[in-house]
Amino acid sequence: MADADDTTDELPDDVAALIGVPQYPRTADFDVERSYTYDTCAATQNGNPLLWDDAVATELAGGPIAAPTTLSLWMRPHYWQPGAAGEQVALQVHFDLKARFDLPEAVMTDNTLILHEPVRPGDRISHRQVLRSVSGPKTTKLGSGRFWVIDVEYHNQDDVLVGVERYTGFGYRRAAAEGSAS
Amino acid sequence: MTAPKLLLDQVAAGDALPALAVEVTPTTVVLGAIASRDWRPMHHDYKFATERNGVADIFLNTPNQAAWFERYVTDWTGPHGRLGRMTFRMRDSVFPGDTMTFTATVTDVRTDEAGCGWVALDVTLTATHAERGERTATTCALTVAVPTSNDDNPWARRGAAWAP
Repeated sequence: MADADDTTDELPDDVAALIGVPQYPRTADFDVERSYTYDTCAATQNGNPLLWDDAVATELAGGPIAAPTTLSLWMRPHYWQPGAAGEQVALQVHFDLKARFDLPEAVMTDNTLILHEPVRPGDRISHRQVLRSVSGPKTTKLGSGRFWVIDVEYHNQDDVLVGVERYTGFGYRRAAAEGSAS
Repeated sequence: MTAPKLLLDQVAAGDALPALAVEVTPTTVVLGAIASRDWRPMHHDYKFATERNGVADIFLNTPNQAAWFERYVTDWTGPHGRLGRMTFRMRDSVFPGDTMTFTATVTDVRTDEAGCGWVALDVTLTATHAERGERTATTCALTVAVPTSNDDNPWARRGAAWAP
């Protein structure tokens, strides 16, 4: 399958202007708490003493940390909350690109997690979405469309980078009589 | 003082990690989804998964798979091991009744300009079931920092000294 590396200079000006620009900044609804690390460790039978034993955590990491792969959960919305209405979309830039290029289907082909400063109990995490690249028109077995790369950057309350999730998406219009939607 | 379980010079490209096999139950799937605040019904509602999504059962969600990869790798490195980067490619789903088996091979061992010791791994999650057969469910290219000596601690690295 082709990829998004070959960003072209044929992009519409309004799309090209968005590359590298932080969008949709949001701060988490609640502070980082230890219960989710314990739940994650319980769900995966993870006995790493760094995540269970405060003495080990203090010695190695300067204090308790959240399990590193919990990074994205701090930004996930509650299932319900007062006043909430409609579906809350996690990766708005992806949906913006689908609409901008009139591509009704999309798949994520790769998902990369890059871990920086540890997340710690009591932190309040914020994130923002950054469009990194958009390819020229491509045709794959799914159909014809474009690849794009979107970073979701996570910072703590001190604006220190704690991690990045990098999504490679392919928005497309189905080839006749084949392909699958997502 | 907690001694490192694994030092960089004990690792070489081509090394294989011990396999980890886990029997997947509905509880495995639901625990993982709730722990990662993933409320989507295909991870807890059998009828939704089978009748709406058209798959065999509820299935393991992506963030929980990341947590399983973390557990698998840090079982090997010990608590000094610090994950730097992981890239997933999802190929098939993991359902209750599957045995999921994690295996990994070391693809690179290096020290970066800041002196941080890095191990690169190709990790594979294979799902096996009597009727569904054996499927490669997820592949993951991953880097983890491990101590270069008994005095080194990847978790102490900050700023330019930590370049995942």
